[in-house]
Amino acid sequence: MSSIGTGYDLSVTTFSPDGRVFQIEYAAKAVDNSGTVVGIKCKDGIVLGVEKLISSKMMLPGSNRRIHAVHRHSGMAVAGLAADGRQIVARAKSEAANYERVYGEPIPVKELADRVAGYVHLSTLYWWLRPFGCGIILGGYDRDGPQLYMIEPSGISYRYFGAAVGKGRQAAKTEIEKLKLSEVTCREGVIEIAKIIYAVHDEAKDKAFELEMSWVCDESNRQHQKVPDDLLEQAKTAAKAALEEMDAD
Amino acid sequence: MDLHLNAPYCMGTIVGVTYDDGVVLGADSRMTIGMLVANDSVSDKITQLTDKVYICRSGPAAVLEFVSDYVRNILDQQTIQFGQPATVKATANLVRLFSYKNTNAIQMGQMGMIVGGWDKYEGGQIFAVAQGGTILKLPYAIDGSGSSGIEGFLDRAWKEGMSKDKAEKLVVKAVSLAIASDAASGGAVRTVTINSDGVRKNCYPPDSLPLCDDKRRRTKTKKTTTTRTERRIDAPKP
Repeated sequence: MSSIGTGYDLSVTTFSPDGRVFQIEYAAKAVDNSGTVVGIKCKDGIVLGVEKLISSKMMLPGSNRRIHAVHRHSGMAVAGLAADGRQIVARAKSEAANYERVYGEPIPVKELADRVAGYVHLSTLYWWLRPFGCGIILGGYDRDGPQLYMIEPSGISYRYFGAAVGKGRQAAKTEIEKLKLSEVTCREGVIEIAKIIYAVHDEAKDKAFELEMSWVCDESNRQHQKVPDDLLEQAKTAAKAALEEMDAD
Repeated sequence: MDLHLNAPYCMGTIVGVTYDDGVVLGADSRMTIGMLVANDSVSDKITQLTDKVYICRSGPAAVLEFVSDYVRNILDQQTIQFGQPATVKATANLVRLFSYKNTNAIQMGQMGMIVGGWDKYEGGQIFAVAQGGTILKLPYAIDGSGSSGIEGFLDRAWKEGMSKDKAEKLVVKAVSLAIASDAASGGAVRTVTINSDGVRKNCYPPDSLPLCDDKRRRTKTKKTTTTRTERRIDAPKP
């Protein structure tokens, strides 16, 4: 895509004549070029899944995690520039800890999302900072139930039933819309997300990938954890089988 | 005799109990400066922090009024930010952070507070914030100079799952007993009852309290009766 913002895209503190801030849109492009990240809110919790593209065979499986725990009850999956993502996660952890110290109870997920969004937005206001090149999917389970938020590089944060960012987001969103999320449990959700990620992975353009998944649900005692290994294997098997079925058509 | 008139205004007795549907908070209304009774009728020691969370204050009046205003200010902002009133636990935590951070300040004196209220997640709760900043979640709590005399009474009399009227009567009786045995407690008994329906405040004037009338405060011993106020502690029994 050629740059249409000539002249008005040099600084994040410059608006274009048609009211856009191009630097923020370019930051969003960094997110669009990364591996797909998907999150859904099932009836008893949240499931997050990441298509972690492996750039080298020498990388140890399980390293370079893209899903981070923010607090006991919540976790974040990061799409885009991984280093920027680490910074945001560190800030989120600090906000959560601070809230608990002052108010004596775990930070409500809505409050956490607001604070993270505020922090991301902050870096779009000053010329000496560049925007974060990350899209964050934040999932948590607090007293008001499970909640899923997506935070974009512009600092916008919305609450979703299902969200996807990254390369395969269009296809992933279509697949998520087909699911009846209010009836799906997290166990089933894990398998569905695995299928979606395997389906949107582009074999031709990208090399290998590792599937990283986490959940926070009633079954995990409302704690954010990696999906148990046996369930993950089950999900991968089901996903590969579904893919072969699709290919056979 | 040294009346300790440089001491700060001080507070008498505070009580908080949970019942099946919420909480009842109670306090006397006497204000003392050292050995002098400054006022017996005006003070309201139960202050509002949020819609359904109140704090009972016992200790230096000026300091505690400041604490209440400070915490209420923070909670107002948090309510707007979060879109719903703060929980009882969060409120109590803010109070105890203040208490803890300022333990070593000279003018603090003996400060004991009871934070009680109702929120939609956990229902009625009582938190005692003791001297130094300890926070304790309890089914019932008492504090203030008059509280030591009613420790045993409340332990016996509080039952789980009381009705609202029983709980309120219990609180009034407890504070009246404290008033009877403590010089720094007196005046009226104020109660605040908080539950899912809302907040109800009551004031029981001194002459309506169970133990207020001296004539009725008699020891029931054999035929002759003496009023407790008249008999000296070393006088021979009749």
